[in-house]
Amino acid sequence: MATKIKKGIIYLALLILAATCLLPFLLMVVNSTRSGREIMTSFTLIPGKSLKDNLNIVFDYFNLFRGFFNSVKVAVPATILTAYFSALTAYALAIYKFRGRGLLFGIIVVFLMIPGQLGLIGFYNLVSKLKLVDSYIPLIIPAIASPGIVFFLRQYVISVLPRTLLEAARIDGAGELRIFHKIVLPILSPGIATISIGAFIGNWNSYLVPLILLNTPSKFTLPVMVASLNSSTDITRNQGAIYLSITISVIPILIVFAFCSKYIISSISYGSIKE
Amino acid sequence: MVLHFWAYQRGQVMNSVKKVKKRNINNVAYLFVLPFVIVFLVFNVYPVLRTLQLSFTSYKGYGKIDYIGFANYIRVLKDKFFWRALGNTANIWGVNIIVQLGLALLLTIVFNDIKYRIKGLSIFRAIFYLPNLIATTSVAFLFKTLMDWRFGTFNQLLIKLGLIDTPVDWLGSTKTAPYVISMIGAWMWFGNSFILLMAGVQGISRDYFEAATIDGAGRWKIFTKITMPLLRPILLYVTVTSAIGGIQMFDIPFLVSGGTMGNPSGKLQTAIMYLYKFGFETYQVGYASAVAYIIFLIILVVSILQFRLYTRKEDR
Repeated sequence: MATKIKKGIIYLALLILAATCLLPFLLMVVNSTRSGREIMTSFTLIPGKSLKDNLNIVFDYFNLFRGFFNSVKVAVPATILTAYFSALTAYALAIYKFRGRGLLFGIIVVFLMIPGQLGLIGFYNLVSKLKLVDSYIPLIIPAIASPGIVFFLRQYVISVLPRTLLEAARIDGAGELRIFHKIVLPILSPGIATISIGAFIGNWNSYLVPLILLNTPSKFTLPVMVASLNSSTDITRNQGAIYLSITISVIPILIVFAFCSKYIISSISYGSIKE
Repeated sequence: MVLHFWAYQRGQVMNSVKKVKKRNINNVAYLFVLPFVIVFLVFNVYPVLRTLQLSFTSYKGYGKIDYIGFANYIRVLKDKFFWRALGNTANIWGVNIIVQLGLALLLTIVFNDIKYRIKGLSIFRAIFYLPNLIATTSVAFLFKTLMDWRFGTFNQLLIKLGLIDTPVDWLGSTKTAPYVISMIGAWMWFGNSFILLMAGVQGISRDYFEAATIDGAGRWKIFTKITMPLLRPILLYVTVTSAIGGIQMFDIPFLVSGGTMGNPSGKLQTAIMYLYKFGFETYQVGYASAVAYIIFLIILVVSILQFRLYTRKEDR
């Protein structure tokens, strides 16, 4: 009996926590459909009737769809590069014995402790020297080298990859790159998936670097575009329109989440490879 | 004799084939790490060294580079606004990580309890993770609008629930604003920490827990003797990455306070907002580079201390 009550309390606490996670989004969606006056004067969870007015105000002000596609153009290639090259590098560091391995790993660990912002000024300096300011290249290519992810995946390779499998494949005459593609990648895929989702979110959320590098408003990624709400005066008068812009910026992610969450969950349950 | 020689030769060839093959296998590693190394050198190592070089100059973003020794560093260390920004960052992150890790650890324990067998892990995990998917700029504006003093829905909700009588200026008061930022951070990240900790626990064979339960080990014993030691590498990973991320806090305080000054009363000015102000608003590039290096040295000390803390526990 006591166990049942305790269990009930645990479930209640979990539900409250879940509500805390969801409520801001619910309020955001509801407020998107209400007029500025309604939002200022009353609280409700019942949608209003001003969605269309708010839409007109938002799209008179900026093209959020363009921002969305700009973000996709940056985040997708960057994530693929991070996932593939981090796995390749981590595998090489974990499995092969080569001269300079210790040095490379040491430098990676050192850079793990180096904040991205340390090189920010040198990075901007380099990008302007290469005449790549206002281009997506400096937002994508650096994704090939993600020390933190290499570090994480190296540990993962060591704990998850059975070396006997590699020996067996070598005896069967498979080439090293082929072994990596056909055997190693599938075994590592749960870890790579988890890390890719993280990398994608990082790229998608990235604000400071695009803010510094991009000048042309039509090239702005979604976060930079949404952040430009700050400086606008005509739109801030209508809170409903602000909520709607945020909703529009969030909806694509919520849709991705519907598919992604399944993947996160399966990836993690596969990730627990048992002996 | 000829046959013998042939056999000998063949043996030699086979041996060298084996040797070549073995060497080849390891040489392939150079090819594998090459793309990483090149990009790493260009976009990670060079900018860091270039920033170091600029930190000893009075460079303003254009023109000639004049070396001025440690003058920038001395100026940073003497500027009380730098220390204030650093203190703000530590304050906001400290509260954030306690709430974030505490919640994540608690959830991990709850969901791994043999006796209660809490259901719905996948749906809860998905919901807890949701705030982490949203772009920080959207989160910043969402909370800025929700927590607005006069028009915000948050105050209206609290009034409706009878918790407060008059609207509270959450983002305008120096007493609440930093902790609002901490709570937004914890709200965004606890699901992520929880997923990482769960992945760590699920890597532990369930047999351990069952065997321990059969042997009569209590919940606390299982937690301290099995769960925590096996989670230590992941806890270290989560704390260190969070600390490094926390010191780089920028988006949310920057957007919530509406600029690099970090109002109210500069309480929301984080270290990176301070750096941004000098590097990209007033273009004191040399000075901003020195700021970056001092922030780095502080991170280095904090990270080493954290590594020490965790490894020492392991030795016991």
